[in-house]
Amino acid sequence: MNRISSVVLLLLLASLALILGLAVISLAQPSSGIGQLVNMQMSNSGVDHPVTAVLLNFRGYDTLLEMAVLLLAVIAVWSLGSRSSPQQTPSNHSNPILLALFRMLTPLMIVVAGYLLWVGAHAPGGAFQAGSILAAAGVLALLYDQRLAGRLSSWSLRFSLILGCAMFVAVATGVMLGGAHLLQYPLPWAGSLILLIELAATISIGLTLTALFYGTSTGERP
Amino acid sequence: MTSNSLLFFFDALLVVTLLWLAWQSMSSRDLFRGIVSFIAFGLLLALIWVRLDAPDVALAEAAIGAGLSGALLLTALSRLESSAKEKKDE
Amino acid sequence: MSQEILYALAGVGLFVLGLHGLIVYAHLLRKILALNIMGSGVFLVLIALGRRSAVADPVPDAMVITGIVVTVSATALALVLLLRLKEMTGHTDLEQNDRHHEQ
Repeated sequence: MNRISSVVLLLLLASLALILGLAVISLAQPSSGIGQLVNMQMSNSGVDHPVTAVLLNFRGYDTLLEMAVLLLAVIAVWSLGSRSSPQQTPSNHSNPILLALFRMLTPLMIVVAGYLLWVGAHAPGGAFQAGSILAAAGVLALLYDQRLAGRLSSWSLRFSLILGCAMFVAVATGVMLGGAHLLQYPLPWAGSLILLIELAATISIGLTLTALFYGTSTGERP
Repeated sequence: MTSNSLLFFFDALLVVTLLWLAWQSMSSRDLFRGIVSFIAFGLLLALIWVRLDAPDVALAEAAIGAGLSGALLLTALSRLESSAKEKKDE
Repeated sequence: MSQEILYALAGVGLFVLGLHGLIVYAHLLRKILALNIMGSGVFLVLIALGRRSAVADPVPDAMVITGIVVTVSATALALVLLLRLKEMTGHTDLEQNDRHHEQ
């Protein structure tokens, strides 16, 4: 790229930055926002933490679509891969630090994931955070021995991947049988339904992110 | 100095480091250095989420944005460079 | 300058920085990094502006958590596409003119 076009590009970007900065500053006036409204409706949501209530109840439709996006990403990554060949996968059994880390951290990570899932109802936490810790445990396992990916039978793997999205859709449409609208949880069951959805979502998210890592690191599909 | 202005300097320092790490991650000659700068960028961003009273976002950013994203980028880089090495040996 | 304005301007700066990197660098991995940085800039603007009221606004937090997960899945797909491109053509950029024919 020659000098003139790079100078022109810098000028254009600087003016864009100026315009966006002015727009952002004009938006930053203290205003009443929606936090007050959410706090008033918290008793109707079934959980005690506002972010979890927004994610799983008030804007549950967006989270449903996000689970579908994750599923779509796994399908796309797998469709670009080749059938896995069982022979040339290496294993890092000889690395003592990796072995020690794997044995100490993996059970700890599973416990931490379970705690984050449970505590998401009344403190920072929830399905996505817990699912990402499970994914970290999965990545550590794959780094230790890639053949571990073959241990999960293909049917149980695929079932667990769709479990989160399927459970969410099932609950979202199941409440319609009682006469409510889509995703309108009946109030006495809201907390337990949210926990059920989050449990399925945690397992799904952990496995999906691990599957994405597997697809990127080997280019194969299980 | 009042604690308010000290906190402002802390925030300003975080912002400057964030911008510098972002610049380094895209423009460094060695791609490995760039990806490591990106992981550091993600961790610093997690710290900024804590500063902004968003602990859920901080948890998600540290685990997914810095950790998993970094792992994905590093394995992709190792596959890119191993195939480049094979090409050279041919 | 309050805390929200500082971080919101930092978000704008990250966005423009990422846009510059997206345009200027040819290597696709740098473009992927630039896109991630642009996304993080947008998240910063969202959450910083969500702190402008006295009561913390939880809706941008939820949107940004969703955004982070979607970003990582898009990054994974983009990386797999890049690896496939490298496998099939041997190049890691999309320059499609004389430069490749010369090599």
